[in-house]
Amino acid sequence: MALVQTPNTFRAGADENGHFGIFGGRYVAETLMPLILEVEKAYNAAKADPAFQAELTSFNTHYAGRPSPLYFAERLTAHFGGAKIYFKRDELNHTGSHKINNCLGQILLARRMGKPRIIAETGAGQHGVAIATVCARFGLQCVVYMGAKDIERQKPNVFRMKLLGAEVRAVEKGHGTLKDAMNEALRDWVANVENTYYAIGTAAGPHPYPTMVRDFQSVIGNEVRTQLHEAEGRLPDSVVACIGGGSNAIGLFHPFLDDASVRIIGVEAAGKGLATGEHSASITGGEPGVLHGNRTYLLQDANGQIKDAHSISAGLDYPGIGPEHAWLHDMKRVEYVSATDTEALAAFQLCSKLEGILPALEPAHALAYVTKIAPQLPKDHLMVMNMCGRGDKDVFTIADALGAQM
Amino acid sequence: MSRIPARFAALTSQGRKGLVTFITAGDPDMATFQKILMGLPTAGADIIEIGMPFSDPMADGPSIQLSSQRALKHNIALPNIFEGISAFRKVDTSTPIVLMGYYNPIYRYGAAKFSKDAAAAGADGVIIVDLPPEEADELLPHLNDNGLNFIFLTAPTSSDQRLPKIISKASGFIYHVAVMGVTGTKSADANLVHADVARLRRHTSLPIAVGFGIKTAAQVKAIAAHADAAVVGSAIVDVIAEGAKKYPGQADTIAAEVHRFVKDLAVGVR
Repeated sequence: MALVQTPNTFRAGADENGHFGIFGGRYVAETLMPLILEVEKAYNAAKADPAFQAELTSFNTHYAGRPSPLYFAERLTAHFGGAKIYFKRDELNHTGSHKINNCLGQILLARRMGKPRIIAETGAGQHGVAIATVCARFGLQCVVYMGAKDIERQKPNVFRMKLLGAEVRAVEKGHGTLKDAMNEALRDWVANVENTYYAIGTAAGPHPYPTMVRDFQSVIGNEVRTQLHEAEGRLPDSVVACIGGGSNAIGLFHPFLDDASVRIIGVEAAGKGLATGEHSASITGGEPGVLHGNRTYLLQDANGQIKDAHSISAGLDYPGIGPEHAWLHDMKRVEYVSATDTEALAAFQLCSKLEGILPALEPAHALAYVTKIAPQLPKDHLMVMNMCGRGDKDVFTIADALGAQM
Repeated sequence: MSRIPARFAALTSQGRKGLVTFITAGDPDMATFQKILMGLPTAGADIIEIGMPFSDPMADGPSIQLSSQRALKHNIALPNIFEGISAFRKVDTSTPIVLMGYYNPIYRYGAAKFSKDAAAAGADGVIIVDLPPEEADELLPHLNDNGLNFIFLTAPTSSDQRLPKIISKASGFIYHVAVMGVTGTKSADANLVHADVARLRRHTSLPIAVGFGIKTAAQVKAIAAHADAAVVGSAIVDVIAEGAKKYPGQADTIAAEVHRFVKDLAVGVR
């Protein structure tokens, strides 16, 4: 087998056609091509405009509450007796997750582009709530597509979106989860290209979305770099994040990709177990394919039909993964591992009791992997895990899974 | 070699426009699909588009989404489709067949193997909805090697700057999408189509077929007045869906309903 050719930098992608190696790209219908080229042009201009960056920084600071703290999880560290564990507290952001970072960026861009109507897809409802929030702030019409099954298991977030003035459209098609919501959002966009901006919630979809969303989320890793330097005077030894589409993970990982000493770990959702076939682990259990505008690892059958994902966490319940992660996997720069529903639930309970933090079910997967490796690592090993969302939205699901009466 | 240029030349010499009909392979089941396919030329189809079912047809409205689901219930895959075309070719050697679908099933099958097997079965061209010219180069040489036409979509949003990029890779005909939207929803506006087709003609001498939002013989006539052919998909697929519901398992009856409907549509180009 040929050795993987290590590039000079892991941080240069995507190339001008939106590819990360063989992944990424712009696999969309012709009707949408001019639109995504327009988004790309507008984003490149905004990125280079100090006024745009200043506006984004200002909203991040005064509206979202950035920087989020870097918190030393002292009791969990003592409990494991190994690595020194820090949480990046992105669950403390306005709206309760890292999603606001991306929404502020994209909505400021949509305003520059003069688009009055915003559409989005959502799984757990975290992106939906964040986009509805920012749309309310700027007086923009907001339509959120959400799978019918997800609406059922994320009721608090559905009501939140409605309170914020968004229209939530239930998607009954397919299995009624994130994949189906994304199909419907793309269909809406094709039909309303003139006045509509599609705010994709994760670092996936056609170019420039994976790159753009990563850039907006990289505030996470950039802050960690500064904050850990202040706290410990050095780089972390490892960084860990959960992965559905992978936006919180790429946001944490990207600033560290060229620091060879930093071990980088992405945790996918293994659902009921990889062997059962009921999981959302696209890298561990999938094959390269093309869906939703990009080439990436996908859960699919031998005929190229996309399979339904499964995870207790609605936010990880997606059969694909952002294309940059697919490439980082092939380049062997990032380790992709997985945690099951059961392991995530156990981690959720442990964190709640020891740290007084209810993690969302998504980062509970990252924590589940931390619980596996932290005890074996030396005490001077600095590990940063992205606590990318808070668990309040999940209490019904968790009560159900634990067989508890509320 | 592709039968498409010959068919358009024949239409021109007959002094009329073409009717392109779309059905999804394996909808509602393989036997009924085959019956429908065999009778389409007699019913008045000049070119036949066969949809390759996909789990996530992002550019399609409810009718074609459901047709894909009906087919996928029987696990219809590319080898079944190639068999269906081979059987058709035993009785019809002149009606062009165009395969239409999404890229992932082809990518999984292998672009080279797909092109070889599709050509061997008797297909003439392909339309891949989510493969714009920017991403087409991994399939294009294989299609060329096997004498298959690569039919690209153009849309009302395709600018004059963009059209040459599309057309430089296209062969067979251009498929112009008449509406901003997914299949089978909005109605095509003949005036807008007229303007768009005139714009396309400045860029290409390839025949131009127009589809999306065409459901009746009157619409076929109105749209074909400005183009070389009109494409009807969702409306035919709806007849199949209704037939499958009313006459479950009765392939002959369902096929007869579909052929009657196509015959009516064909009046629009005769």
